[in-house]
Amino acid sequence: MEKGDKVWEVFIQKKSGLAFKHVGNVHAYDKKMAIHNARDLYTRRGEGRALWVVPTEAIVSVPLDDSDAFFDPADDKVYRHATFYEIPKGVKHL
Amino acid sequence: MDKFEEAFNKIIEKDRKVEPRDWMPEKYRQTNIRQISQHAHSEIIGMQPEGNWLLRAPSLRSKQVLLAKIQDEAGHGLYLYSVAETLGISRQEMIAQLQSGEAKYSSIFNYPTVSWADIGAVGWLVDGAAIVNQVSLQRTSYGPYSRAMVRICKEESFHQRQGYEIMCSMAFGTAEQKEMAQDALNRFWEPALMMFGPHDSDSVHKGQSMEWKIKRESNDHLRQRFIDRTVPQAQYLGLTIPDDQLKFNEETQHWETGPFNWDEFWNVVKGNGPCNQERIDHHIAAHKDNEWVREAAAAYAAKTELEVA
Repeated sequence: MEKGDKVWEVFIQKKSGLAFKHVGNVHAYDKKMAIHNARDLYTRRGEGRALWVVPTEAIVSVPLDDSDAFFDPADDKVYRHATFYEIPKGVKHL
Repeated sequence: MDKFEEAFNKIIEKDRKVEPRDWMPEKYRQTNIRQISQHAHSEIIGMQPEGNWLLRAPSLRSKQVLLAKIQDEAGHGLYLYSVAETLGISRQEMIAQLQSGEAKYSSIFNYPTVSWADIGAVGWLVDGAAIVNQVSLQRTSYGPYSRAMVRICKEESFHQRQGYEIMCSMAFGTAEQKEMAQDALNRFWEPALMMFGPHDSDSVHKGQSMEWKIKRESNDHLRQRFIDRTVPQAQYLGLTIPDDQLKFNEETQHWETGPFNWDEFWNVVKGNGPCNQERIDHHIAAHKDNEWVREAAAAYAAKTELEVA
């Protein structure tokens, strides 16, 4: 990578009330350039009302090799889903 | 076969997407890097023939539209460079490969745009052909490439329309304008058809790419789709497709063309087209001219940016 050049991940909020969504990344040398480049690249047609840019290197992710074990605690907890429970017939609003 | 390869094969078989951190065969990675970077370079070099008419656009409206289209091409190039970067190659390396001639881009951009009608023909035929290809690639097996194609297709539909609009105003204009429109069609028709690549029987990368679902439809299949769509559009304009063997096959319901001049195609691929040298020279010159901007940006960032972990 060219000296000073960095990759930034871009998140857009389409409208208020919605979650920010990852849309891709941009190259930029500093924060201000990153937010401008993100605007020019990802919101040319009114795709968003708010933008986040985050240096890619600041994102922490789960190592893929361990992901089965990492997510394992959720695998056997079916009681976390509403469908696990039996409700007597005729009882409403549950 | 180890469990990683097995997982990869299953993704392909089940029509799921391969994501950047999934295990993939080295050749799958390299094939994608080659195809995606070539695609990115095409978007970037493709700005040059259009930029040629930016300052000579015949009206403010057409200038605005052309500018927006060229900005989109830049954006599409950047999306695609980002996609290729997820496979482990840097943008800097890709630019170096483009400038050294190691990496290719679509040969169509090595033809000059000599009249305003050419800008119409580029939008109508070149973007038209690109859209047929890219719609098919929305189903490609590499996740980031597929997502970029969805985005690009959404944005690119206006490109072909603006081209056809120019063709309409020329074809239905004065006799001289109509002649320019016909001349543009004459020069761009065959190169546009050859954008889909060699015939299936001669395509080097076809078999494995289809198996891995990088490519979803064959070159000839996509080309035929484009021809069938485009011939009636030319007829509407009252223009003649420059192929005296062109005929409609009632049985297959497809338009059949005469043979293409593949020698010309390979000659341009090898670097001997009318504008190959000019395109690369221009890219190198622009890159060099901007060197001080990159230096200043790096110096400014070093001064003002807080260290990020």
